[in-house]
Amino acid sequence: MKKIGVLALQGDFEKHHQLLAELGLESISVRTQDCLERVEGLVIPGGESTTLSILMESDNFVSSIQSFGKTYPILGTCAGLIMMAKSVLDQRINPLGLLDIQVNRNAYGRQIQSSTELIQMHWKDTIHAIPATMIRAPKIEKVGDDVKILAEWNGAPVAVMEGHHIGINFHPELNKVSLFHEILFQPKSQNFHKAIQEKNVS
Amino acid sequence: MTKNTFDLKVGLAEMLKGGVIMDVTNTEQAKIAESAGACAVMALERIPSDIREDGGIARMSDPQMIIDIQKNVSIPVMAKCRIGHFAESQILETLEVDFIDESEVLTPADEHNHIWKHDSKIPFVCGARNLGEALRRIGEGAAMIRTKGEAGSGNIVEAVRHMRTIQGEMKRLTILSNEELMAEAKEMGAPFPLVETVAKLGKLPVPNFAAGGIATPADASLMMQLGAESVFVGSGIFKSDDPETRAKAVVKATTHYQDAKKVAEASTGLKSAMKGLDMSEIPEGERLQERGW
Repeated sequence: MKKIGVLALQGDFEKHHQLLAELGLESISVRTQDCLERVEGLVIPGGESTTLSILMESDNFVSSIQSFGKTYPILGTCAGLIMMAKSVLDQRINPLGLLDIQVNRNAYGRQIQSSTELIQMHWKDTIHAIPATMIRAPKIEKVGDDVKILAEWNGAPVAVMEGHHIGINFHPELNKVSLFHEILFQPKSQNFHKAIQEKNVS
Repeated sequence: MTKNTFDLKVGLAEMLKGGVIMDVTNTEQAKIAESAGACAVMALERIPSDIREDGGIARMSDPQMIIDIQKNVSIPVMAKCRIGHFAESQILETLEVDFIDESEVLTPADEHNHIWKHDSKIPFVCGARNLGEALRRIGEGAAMIRTKGEAGSGNIVEAVRHMRTIQGEMKRLTILSNEELMAEAKEMGAPFPLVETVAKLGKLPVPNFAAGGIATPADASLMMQLGAESVFVGSGIFKSDDPETRAKAVVKATTHYQDAKKVAEASTGLKSAMKGLDMSEIPEGERLQERGW
């Protein structure tokens, strides 16, 4: 069976494991680059991007994730989105450059500004209303021509797709919103866990 | 739109998992911590081992020092207030710190009541020695629990005792029947709904971190293997001979806690750790873990 990796250097990797398990997908924690050989998709979770950047560099993870991404889909949430960007407005971060976007860390403020918003997500002629939990969230400042905007909030993109990669500035794993995981890792199902969805919207 | 809810508070705690939160007393230390890979810093005026040495009353830090640190690092900044001192926590809320530690390291302001943490917009972390204490703090609104250990001792023995106690008590709850759970709730002085939750989940409903005596990469690995989801390092880093290298080593050992080879690499060639204290050297009346209930 197809296995999905969850980068487990630091952050909320456990919540992504839980969500993938609810979709019936097997997942493993990826802490070293050799784990990438055993998976066919990768989640880069939320956490602290400075921490992730340092731990990735020290283990030469950057180039192995970049070459993994040429073949397999990668989903980044919050700090994961920052790591996937081409450009980050902060020299402390050495990003992977998987999405042609520019990102500004913590642009929506400190924890006291963190919030859950109801947003609209456009996918294949359907609009899905989903809760979006943004925690000390990064802002997507610019997107390249090949980047598709999946959802916007407050005039800025919050979910984007380029090729087979998706980056989100919020935490679907905290609200059990599974459609992003499904789009990338279960492309044939497209059911988007309707029951969970409806519950979230109501 | 919702803000400052309990779920959002726990959400930030989730993001801090698998990481190291370091005590810092000035901007320079905060920058060292950040560039070593800390996932957050705890801003305080004196680290616990100095508080222990200096004696006197330990209070919330000068807001200016917290503001300076906030300006200079991008990672979450936490700060401590005294147990029961809700005026201090209100000040920390106006500073918009990312987490407040209602901490036994500072001199308690109220020996009878802890802060009602649900009233704050900022998430709280509190120390605990056992499950009853952890659940009382969660009942008051704590979004994260840490073992108390014995802060400033450089001795891991108390953190191990507290983590093993909490884990053991949680395991026990999972096999009890409902009527036994009620008796257990009475026994441990914990709110029944939270006892029920732990019985169902087999773990706390909020992240459970380790603190109080972690001084080496191996200490971090030990606590993670015992079930801690992250570690706080207080005196252990900036009381050692080479804080920068040690900070990086503890971060690496926390991520790779299950990989003894990597923990060995992290432990190699470090200068002296903090000296540390045997528990017999700390008179019972001076043990920080006894503060709070």
